[in-house]
Amino acid sequence: MNDVLPMGQSPLLSIAEVDAGLGAAGYISNSQISTAIYMAHHLQKPILVEGPAGVGKTELAKSVATWMKLPLIRMQCYEGLDESKALYEWKYGKQLLYTQILKDKIGSVISDTDNLAEALNKLHDFGDIFFSKNFLEPRPLLRALEEPGGAVLLIDEIDKSDQEFEAFLLEILSDFQVTIPEIGTVSAITPPIVLLTSNSTRDLGDALKRRCLHLHIGFPDEKLEARIIASRVPGIDARLLKQLVSFVQQLRGMDLKKLPSVSETIDWAKVMVLMHTSVLEVDLVRDTLNVLLKFEADIEAANKQIAGLTHKARQDAGIAA
Amino acid sequence: MSASVTALRPAATATEPLRRFLQVARGAGLRVSAAEGIDAARAVDIVGYADRAILKDTLGLILAKTPEEKDIYEEAFDLYFKRDEFAAKDDEDEQRGPGERAGPGQNQQGGEGMGGSGGQSLGQLLESDDRVAMATAMEAAAREAGIENIRFFTQKNLYARRILDRMGLRQVERDIEALRQTGTPEGLGRGQFLEGKVDQLRDSVRDFVERNLILFAKGETEKFREELLKSARLSNLERRDMDRMRVLVRQMAKKLAARYAKTRRRRLRGQLDIRRTMRRNMGWGGIPFITVWKQKRIEKPRVMVLCDVSGSVSAMSQFLLMFLYALNEALKDIRSFAFAGSLIEVSEILEREPVEQAITKIMELIGFGSSNYGNSLADFADGWMKHVTNKTTVIILGDARGNRTDPRTEIMSELSSRSKRIIWLNPEFRSAWGTGDSDMYRYAPFCNLVTVCNTLRHLERAISDILEDAT
Repeated sequence: MNDVLPMGQSPLLSIAEVDAGLGAAGYISNSQISTAIYMAHHLQKPILVEGPAGVGKTELAKSVATWMKLPLIRMQCYEGLDESKALYEWKYGKQLLYTQILKDKIGSVISDTDNLAEALNKLHDFGDIFFSKNFLEPRPLLRALEEPGGAVLLIDEIDKSDQEFEAFLLEILSDFQVTIPEIGTVSAITPPIVLLTSNSTRDLGDALKRRCLHLHIGFPDEKLEARIIASRVPGIDARLLKQLVSFVQQLRGMDLKKLPSVSETIDWAKVMVLMHTSVLEVDLVRDTLNVLLKFEADIEAANKQIAGLTHKARQDAGIAA
Repeated sequence: MSASVTALRPAATATEPLRRFLQVARGAGLRVSAAEGIDAARAVDIVGYADRAILKDTLGLILAKTPEEKDIYEEAFDLYFKRDEFAAKDDEDEQRGPGERAGPGQNQQGGEGMGGSGGQSLGQLLESDDRVAMATAMEAAAREAGIENIRFFTQKNLYARRILDRMGLRQVERDIEALRQTGTPEGLGRGQFLEGKVDQLRDSVRDFVERNLILFAKGETEKFREELLKSARLSNLERRDMDRMRVLVRQMAKKLAARYAKTRRRRLRGQLDIRRTMRRNMGWGGIPFITVWKQKRIEKPRVMVLCDVSGSVSAMSQFLLMFLYALNEALKDIRSFAFAGSLIEVSEILEREPVEQAITKIMELIGFGSSNYGNSLADFADGWMKHVTNKTTVIILGDARGNRTDPRTEIMSELSSRSKRIIWLNPEFRSAWGTGDSDMYRYAPFCNLVTVCNTLRHLERAISDILEDAT
């Protein structure tokens, strides 16, 4: 565990390189995010990514996978998720089918035995066949460990799963191995890069947090957001971009139930581009506000201030009202 | 950037400043486990100390695990690495050029044991006016004096004195005295010059100790204060402690929730539910392709809280509600009611708004009127008695002082037979029960538990009981 991978072989030579790599994959990173990926690789530790919905937590994992050309294995967590869905399951149907088919064979195998004890002994030798890898259905966690070239494992919305499941994850997160009673311990061939995301709907256990690097992604500042939108919505007019970002940033300063996130800004920008807008108009903003805000009460609250916000956004972009 | 990829440094040179920083971080209130300490050391091995911004990001990933902790961490990091020790080191590094760049740990060796830097005496140091060397000497003396053990502001002078002694102030004072004795104008002049320098030194040492006090003792004093708060009567709390209390309540609730949060269904592995398995596999002629296992349902407690919000009890009510809503995970259906003269349901207000604001709103709604328990119970019976089932735990928080109105014990009797249990939390001391207009002893027979509850600790215990019995 302690040794660092040989530097020459890994694409993660420096933090700047992570920055550039993610950028090439279409993810505009900041120094903290890049440092996290870099450290995760070198310390071989999972990253726990927290932050409001829609700031690009899941996107980060996808981009890392694209950039490093590793398969992305995603596991969505939900209440009631257990190891048979997350780790492995015996192909019970197949086991049953095979025993049915092999019935006659079994008859012939034990036909030459004299008594029950002998027959049982003979069967014991075959018994393990049915609990071998052939009958094992690997689920995301096991698949990530068995991927020979390594993988990016995304455990999405870990806060939605139960507390017990969290405890179950500890073994795989700290040692990159799992124990299957019938087979033994399976260790990762190449340790995967593991990202866990959480929206903080509940507090995660300390044991889990201790094993992870903790990355908090907040709302981006104006500059970063503009860069993100520009990369995600190619062909957007620079002045429109400025107005959009300024407007959204102002919205985030308001007292709303759910603040608009980067993904909402991207959607909104796409809408604006589709409508061939270049200057924000109050009416247009009012009609499209539901792209940004998802609660009736929020839309109402924002509606009252729309004129002011739009005016300010235009000013920021250098357009005379 | 190049420094971040240079090969691994020997760990020994890197660990000392980091070890001290971890101590600082713990002092500031971060919970840094030993395992995280090791991770931090490994991380520092990889990135090195050279680029402060990268170092900050890196250690932040490992040491701070919540947004609040990130803030604490950043403050601690800035305080620690902006100290003279490190500022001085950067200067030295620049002077020496990149070839000789040394790990920060190495430089300190010069100062150790000597109480001065590079063998210079304090007098020489004062005269040479070498600020960097002076800072290094101070740092070394402070380490010898065990500055990281400072805990209380009353120890400031003690530590300042110790540091000055270790730096060799006594000798300088003797020198000054000797210079004065010479009587020559030159000697007197030098004496005065040195005295001025010594005064400056005293000031800077005091300043230095103060900064270290902030650095090392913050967590301790807070811990002390928190212990105090947990057992303070809630009605006596001062306004300035409210924020801290809120944090405390959330912490306690989190602890309880973690202990009792259970999935509602649990598979009993290995016990086949034969009836349901047969049913599921009818399509295959009864060959059990799909197995169904027996399951056990674990009920989360359903809670109804009736809170007296009149006068002195309101402080307690506020914390009870805060506690319960922080426990959301471990409880199912909390319905809360507030009463004084009459009773209203406040669940919705509490769900929509943060508890502090909700409480003021509730207060506005039914105000500080004198409490009337009989009337309030009747309101409850009219509107909500039908929702009380044998799974409901009813918590009543109040002093049972109904201003000599009819206590309507018959409603309590009905409530007690319908509900799973009734728990009465009374903020008054037991000795006051039944005195004056208190109807506590008339209500008590219908309750499964009546207990004094006026501190956070009481509250924690009471709620923990509620959760425990539910499983």
